[in-house]
Formats: sequence, C-alpha cells, structure tokens
Amino acid sequence: MVIKLKEQATKPERLAPGHRFCAGCAEPIIIRQILNAIDEPVVVGAATGCTEIATSMYPYTAWNVPWIHNAFENVSTTIAGAEAMYRVLVRRGKIPERNIRFIAIGGDGATYDIGLQWLSGALERGHRFIYVCLNNEAYMNTGIQRSSATPMGAHTTTSPAGTVIPGKVQWRKPLTEIIAAHRIPYVAQAAPSHWRDLMEKARKAAAADGPSFINVISDCNRGWRHGTETSIEVTRLAVETCYWPLFEVENGVWKLNYKPREKKPVEEWLKMQGRFQHLFQPQFKHVIAEIQARVDEEWESLLKKCEAE
Amino acid sequence: MVVSTKMALEGAHASAQAMRQINPDVVAAYPITPQTAIVQTFSQYVADGEVDTEFIAVESEHAAMSACIGAAAAGGRVMTATAANGLALMWEELYIAASLRLPIVMSVVNRALSAPLNIHCDHSDSMGARDAGWIQLYSETGQEAYDNTIQAVRIAEHPDLLLPVMVMQDGFITGHAVELVEVADDASVKEFIGTYTPKYSLLDIDHPVTFGAWDLWDYYFEHKRQQTDAMSKAMKVIVDVGKEFGQVFGRTYGIFDAYAMDDAELAIIVLSSTAGTARTVIRELRKKGLKIGLLKLRVFRPFPAQELVAALKDVKAVAVLDRSISFGAMEGAGPLFLEVCAALFAAGATQKVVNYIYGLGGRDVLPEYIERVASDLQEIADTGKVKSLVNYLGLRE
Repeated sequence: MVIKLKEQATKPERLAPGHRFCAGCAEPIIIRQILNAIDEPVVVGAATGCTEIATSMYPYTAWNVPWIHNAFENVSTTIAGAEAMYRVLVRRGKIPERNIRFIAIGGDGATYDIGLQWLSGALERGHRFIYVCLNNEAYMNTGIQRSSATPMGAHTTTSPAGTVIPGKVQWRKPLTEIIAAHRIPYVAQAAPSHWRDLMEKARKAAAADGPSFINVISDCNRGWRHGTETSIEVTRLAVETCYWPLFEVENGVWKLNYKPREKKPVEEWLKMQGRFQHLFQPQFKHVIAEIQARVDEEWESLLKKCEAE
Repeated sequence: MVVSTKMALEGAHASAQAMRQINPDVVAAYPITPQTAIVQTFSQYVADGEVDTEFIAVESEHAAMSACIGAAAAGGRVMTATAANGLALMWEELYIAASLRLPIVMSVVNRALSAPLNIHCDHSDSMGARDAGWIQLYSETGQEAYDNTIQAVRIAEHPDLLLPVMVMQDGFITGHAVELVEVADDASVKEFIGTYTPKYSLLDIDHPVTFGAWDLWDYYFEHKRQQTDAMSKAMKVIVDVGKEFGQVFGRTYGIFDAYAMDDAELAIIVLSSTAGTARTVIRELRKKGLKIGLLKLRVFRPFPAQELVAALKDVKAVAVLDRSISFGAMEGAGPLFLEVCAALFAAGATQKVVNYIYGLGGRDVLPEYIERVASDLQEIADTGKVKSLVNYLGLRE
C-alpha cells in the first residue's frame, strides 16, 4: 500500500507535542514516522535514554498510546513479556483480539551494548514485536560517551580526541548483520531523511509474523556537533556516502533499498560534524582514509550480499 | 468441600504443584540449582497441557524478572522462581517490580551467594533482597512452601497492597527433601485465589497508561512514601489471608509460629527448616524442665516488630539464629538479629539478646548446636550478662 503524505498528516498523533526532546533531534521525527505508518493499535516500550526521559516526565506524558519504561538493558524482554501476556489473555478469552503491535525502542547504547543479550534472547524466542534502534552513535543522554555504535574517529567524552589519540579507535559493531544472523522474519536499516522508505519498513515490520528489527540512524546535533537545522541533511549525507546504506533482509533475502547515483566521499559527511573536526589536522588525516576504505569495503560486501539474492 | 491428597513431594515440587493449580497467565523463568526442579517441573506441566500458561524460557534471571514486569504491567497473573546468584542478578528488577506495584509471586529456594561458589542453603540471597520492597514469607517445610505460594497470590493482588511476594524455602534441605504434602483439589485452590482484575493494563488500548515514568525530586519522595505505606498495610492482609486459608484448607497461618512460648523465659527465633531441629531439641529440654520456647518467623518483610515485642515480653533472654551475615554490621551480626534488636530497643524492652550465625553454605545444623544455644541462654538469664554478642554454630576456628 502506497504511503500518501496527505492521508498520513490527518492521522491522530501517537506521540504528542510538548515533549522535551532537544531542538533538531531526529528521535521524535523517527518515532512519529514509524507510529504513523503502522495502522494497528500499538503498545510501546522504551529503554532508559533520551526517548524515555524526554517523553515521560511525571506527572506529564507525551504518549497517547500505552507505554512502559522498565530499565536500560531490557526493553526487548519487557515488551516480550507484554506480548506474551497479550497472547495468553486472548487465548483464554479474557480480552478480545485487537491486532496489537508491540514496539520496543532503544538507543544504540541500549541495543548495541548493554541490552544485546536481552534483545538476542527475545529474538530467538520468536516474540512478535518490532525493535527500533534509534542509533545516534553514542550515549547521548548521559553526555556523549562512546558506544559500540560510535564511528571510528569520532570524539566522545570517553573516546576523546587528544594530541595522541584521534577519538574512537575501533570500528563500529555490525549490529544489523548480527540481528540478521538471528534469521528473524524482517530486518532493516533506515534513515529519517528517506522517510517513505522508513515508513514502508515500519509497515513491513508490523506485518512480520515474528520479531522484526529496524536500525535507524538518528542524528544528535548535541553529540555530532552541528546546527539544529541540519539534522536531516546530515542523515541524508550518511546515506549518500554509503556510510549508512538503506537495506532490508526479508525472510533471509537481502535487498538494497537505495543506491546513490553518485557515491559521495565520506569526508563530506565527516566535515559537517564537529565530532570529526580533529581528523582534519595533518597528524590524523590518515584516519579519514581508513574510514573511507572501510566504508567502501562494507558497501561492496553489502552489494554482493544483495546481488547474490 | 476441599478434597486433599497426601503426596510424597520434594519441597520444590510442592511449589511447582501450587503453580500448576494457580495456572498463572505468564511464567518467565531460568534454571538455577536448587530451584531448577520448579522451573523444569512447571515446563512439563506446560508440555503436558496441565496448565495453559504462557511459559517464557528466558536467557537469564534478569530477563526473567524483566519479562515478568512487562507481563504483569499487561494485566495478568505472573510467577517466577529463582535462587542465589539468580536472585542477585535480578536485583535491579526486584526494585522496579515492587516500585511499579506489580503483584508478581516468586519462589526462592534459598542458596548461598558466591564467592566461593556454593550451591547449598543459606539465606544470604533473600536477605540481600530484603529492602527491595517485596513481601517475604519463609517456609519450614514443603507443605508450608505449597501453602505460602497459594496465599502469596491473594496477598500480592490485594488492592491495598499490589506488592510482589517472595516465598522462600531452604535449598536442598527442604527443596530436595521428600515429605508428605497435603495437596488440595484444583477447584478449591482455584476458588481460593479467585480471579485477578488489574486496575491498569498496558493492553487497555482505549485507556492508554504510561508505566515507569521519569520522576524527579518533586514527586519521587511521595511515591516512595506510598510504597512504604502499602507495605505497612501488608501485615493485616497476610494475617487475614492466613486465617481464611485455615478456614478453607485446615492449616491456619500467622506472622510466626510459637512453640512452647506460653511460660517461656528463654526464646529462640529462627527462620525456615532449622525450626524443625530447634523444636525437637526444645521438646527434649522442656522434659528436663528448661523454660524455653521457639518463635519461627514466617513473615520477615514487612518485619513484625510490635508482634515480636509482644510475644517476647515475658522472656528474659532471646537467641536469634541467622543463616546469613550482614557484613560490616554491628559485630558482623545477621539481619534477623539486627531487626529483632531494633524492635526490642524501640519498644524500651530490656531482654538480653544474643546472635548465632549458623549453616552458611549448607553447613549442617545439629541438635547439639541448639542445645548449646539453650545452655548459653540459661547462663545469660541467670547472670544477666552476654559474654559474646555474635557467635557461630558448627564453625571450625
């Protein structure tokens, strides 16, 4: 079903205005795109993090749908528990079947790092839920600390750029592939700049009869160090440079969803962001070349995976 | 009309029987010795269709309690079971379950905490969780584990409380020991526990609720006050449910079980299976004319301070037996002793008190240890002096 902007705009808001996200944050944009795309009723869980604190400050809530926050690492298991309760109560005839979709939202810290075991367990058990990783590539809520999603060369407060060390020295964890290796029905990588692609992926995830996972790059201007007005532009460039390719793995079939007409140098994306500024000093320039080489290598490998299908 | 069947059951199987009859909506659990007998027996009930519970075989105890919290917030009856390091791994979630006021029931088969690794009984696991906001019931026998598990459902779900309940039994000593257990008919248990209607549910999509909000200096304190207020109402509920259970099933439960306390001048306070050994020794000592009695505490959280003070008012000397240490506490005393001391002091009582640490890591509790406690108590009562406040039973030094 084609997503028409006009129709989407008339739907009631599931995440209400008046929340406390920073100006220019991509997270509420992504959440609204996803919740807007899904027509079924939803129950949402959030891991501890920006989304949680920005939307649920007692006695207020920005959530017009049922919502739960448990802790940092276990949103997948919490929402899996709710999904299990839903199945049994419907089976026992205690509540009617309402086609509820269960959505877990976690940042990259909650997903790549502290919550990976809980996520992996819930995927293996086959709970029908949609896991959305809002990947802003560091622990932004606690003040920009490195995670295993942080890109090589990025300055964070626990991988600071110094006179000797050029920011984070490790490459990021290939989480989307790790999740795909769980052989769940639907896995995708998306970006809010490519909203139609993201919304279609949300619908596919909602339709999947089992666990699904969407890894969405989520610009954080506070941590990435750029103006509040360029969030979507920076995200788009992550896709155009092939640093963040848009692809999906549907029932094991890999598919590239977007191929830039002209693959831009990753340097263009890096130079937009203050977190990479130190890389442009002469002693760290080699890091840019290394990032480019690894982006190229991952892109080629992805193309092969998608072409092989 | 209750029709009971006497069954030879291990304590853990008695708990599993209770779970079968409760037939919870969701059980999420993970194996750990000596609790495994519960989770694997329950899994078999699921496999054989004896229950139609949604059983989630999670990947850790933290995940077990995480799933229980999500399931309980979704408005149904939820149970789990664990022990030792598993309970310790749940620590974060124990507080969240209690603070979200989710009436989860959990069996704890008491086992020592690492290190060194030890799979045998002591109470360091559940005592470590004593301030997490859970009601704690301790069981002496498989029968009590069975009865307490059934009552725990009613206590947890009482509208004045909505608090999670832990039901303890001693690992191996009770958990793996076969005893005769009176198992009631399924229908009577079903009728006793009734149905559970949650006040709020995540699944009520027409009335969306936010669970687990972010709560700062302006409200957090009041929420904690409400929580402790609920705990203060728990004692009455526990006693009421224990009485009603007695009317239906013939075994009445209270806060503690008093043995030979009527004219006692000396008293021993203990939890769980060691009460059996103590009772046997006291019976013999009574024949010799020693005025000694036993208080077997069933409820540790909430702590029955006033009730204990009243029960001890005519006693001259009290020995408290602890199967765990509160490291760094006054002279390395045990948590039960510290609570008893606090209760007596706050009430202005003047009884002499003495503490015995015993049975750590499954060390056997021999009758002669209890005899030593009795003889110490006699000396304390006669001299009015406590030579050593914290002592060890059966320890090589």
